[in-house]
Parts: sequence; C-alpha cells; structure tokens
Amino acid sequence: MHFFGKNFVKGIIRSNPTFILLLGLCPTLAVSTSLDNAVGMTAAFLFVLLVSNIIISLLRNYVPDRVRIPVFIVIIASLVTIVDLMLQGFVPALSKSLGMYIPLIVVNCIILGRAEAFASKNGVSDSIADALGMSVGFGLAIFVISFIRQLLGTGALDLFGRSLFTIPGLSDNPVSIFMLPMGAFFVIGTLLALFRWMGVSKGE
Amino acid sequence: MALVNNMVLVKFLGLCPFFGVSKKLSSAFSMGIAVLLVMLVASGVTWPVYHLLLAPYGIEFMRTVIFILVIASLVQIIEMAIKRTNLTLYNALGIYLPLITTNCAVLGITFINIDQTYGFLESLTAALGAGAGFTLVLIIMSGIRERLDLADPPEAFKGTPIAFITAMLLGLSFLAFNGMV
Repeated sequence: MHFFGKNFVKGIIRSNPTFILLLGLCPTLAVSTSLDNAVGMTAAFLFVLLVSNIIISLLRNYVPDRVRIPVFIVIIASLVTIVDLMLQGFVPALSKSLGMYIPLIVVNCIILGRAEAFASKNGVSDSIADALGMSVGFGLAIFVISFIRQLLGTGALDLFGRSLFTIPGLSDNPVSIFMLPMGAFFVIGTLLALFRWMGVSKGE
Repeated sequence: MALVNNMVLVKFLGLCPFFGVSKKLSSAFSMGIAVLLVMLVASGVTWPVYHLLLAPYGIEFMRTVIFILVIASLVQIIEMAIKRTNLTLYNALGIYLPLITTNCAVLGITFINIDQTYGFLESLTAALGAGAGFTLVLIIMSGIRERLDLADPPEAFKGTPIAFITAMLLGLSFLAFNGMV
C-alpha cells in the first residue's frame, strides 16, 4: 500500500506531467478556456490513461518488444474512439467545444509515455496508481490554467451553466486576451516561472 | 492557413516539437521540412482512405484508429525511402522523422481536412499551408531563442518560461494577419 501511494503522489507534484515534464501541452493549452472544458478533458484523459495502463500492464509479457509501440498506439486509439463516441452520445455540447482535441488524445505524449515508461514494466496495481496520479496531476494543471483564463478573460466563473460568481467591473471589461490562444502561453509561462521561484521545480 | 490559422500559435498543434526542437536554428529547419513533407503525404493518403474506404461502409468512427496507423506506417516508409535515395537528407532529418508519428499537427491536419469537408486538392493545399506555417514559426522561434540564450531574464524565467512568453508575443504579432484573407 505504501508503494501504491508513492506511485500515486509522484504524478501530482514531483513529476507533474504538465508543469514539470512539459508533456501533452497541446490539449492543455487548447481547451483550457473554461472550467467545463477542463472537467471534460480530465475525465476523457483519466479514462484513456487508466484503461490503457491496465491493458498494457496485463499484456506486458505477451507483446514482443519490437512491435510494442504500434500495439500501444492501437490500444490507445481504440480507447479514444470509445471516449469520443460516448461524449458525442451523452454530452454533445461538451463534445462540440472540445472538438478535435478529443481524437487528438491519441497522440498525447503523456499517455504513450506512461505506457512505454511505466505500464510496460510494472504490475497492474502500480500502473493503476500511476495512471490515477498522472491524471490528477494533469487535471490539476488544466484546472488551474482554465481557472485563471476564465476568471480574467470573462470576469466571471461558471460551471456547467451555473454561475459561481462574477467580479464587478472586470466582467464588463474583461481582459479578453486571456481567452485568446496567446493568453494560454502567457499563463503557463508565468506559472512555470512562479513554481520555479517557489522552489517546487528546479531551473535549468 | 499558414499565417491566419497558424497551427502552433492558434490551434496549439505540434507544441511538443515547437518547444523541444526550437533551441537551434538548423534542427528547427530540418524538423519543419520533415513535418511539411509528412503532412502533405498524410493528407494525400488519408483523404481517399476516408472518402473511398470508411465513408461508403459507414465506419467513419474508425478514423482515429485508421489515421494513426496510416500516419505511423507512412512515416516508416518515408524514412526508408529517404534513406535509400538521399543519405545527406536522411542524416539531417534522422531522429526527427520517427518523432513525427506522435506530432499532433500531422494527425490534426488530417482531421481538419475531413471536418471542413475539403476536396482532395483543397486538402493538399491546406496541408501545404499548415506545414509552411509550422516551419515558419519554428524558424522564427528558434532564431529568437538562440538570441535569448545570450539575454539575461530574471532567474525564475530562464529557459522554458521565457520561451512561453516569447510564444505569446509571437502569437500576438501573428494576430495582425487576421482578416488578411
């Protein structure tokens, strides 16, 4: 159980996929315009990573080394297709706003990276812990970024249509650059510098 | 496509190579050309696969799986072909080719072609534009970063953080192309 905890925690802070390893930035930056998107993306990501880690760690002794990458990619692509269809069926609005970034989870470096670096070498329970930790780390990162972008970009926060609060003054004249792609670069750059300054991560 | 809807700065595709390979001008150029090549071939192949193979049988939902397989095998074939025909080019592109399989810009452009219901020629043009835009931004970025190494930003911003801020400024200047088309 101790080991389970360690594999879980490492994904959240010490090797946070987004802030420390700088992997899988494309979906993180592209969909982090609202909290709804962040929730949807994290859920899709969690499902794909968890199931792919389980399957790959179960298969790790049967897949020949030379064809392992194509095998991993096919497994991940099938899972992504499942998620894509489920989202289209049950939450069409969310599926629309995430758009093609859902199918693009296939080429998310975090998922293939975890399959290659962890699940293909470790047992099932450790792989589950790893997947959960990485997903929480990813979710946390995308959540923080969307929070800042939505707050400053629209001057209000709302989750699934319910308004949480608005900032008087800012909501009339929002800093709309934060909703633009450039805002995402700015937010993540500043956050990275902040973490470094606080000493969470090391500089170069 | 190359300027207004730039792959990297507006659509956030291919960010990993954008930050990974943009440290040196020469490698940025090789990477850009390799991506451009693969995008073009991938669009040329996935379009008929989708419209002649998947659509008639009503299995469009399989496109994610099929496309990634097509791209992965294409990259392999292109790699072998270049190795046979042009060894200098192969040595220059070398390690970048296999990386392209997991470059979301390549898969992204094939999805865009389908979603926008482009015709065959339009798809090729879109791929050419997207690849050119990717190369352009990569080269600009690497040029800036080579200079940036000599500059003296605040301690915490050194390395990646300042690269992100640079990307933002670059994106802002590309915003000026809006409305050109």
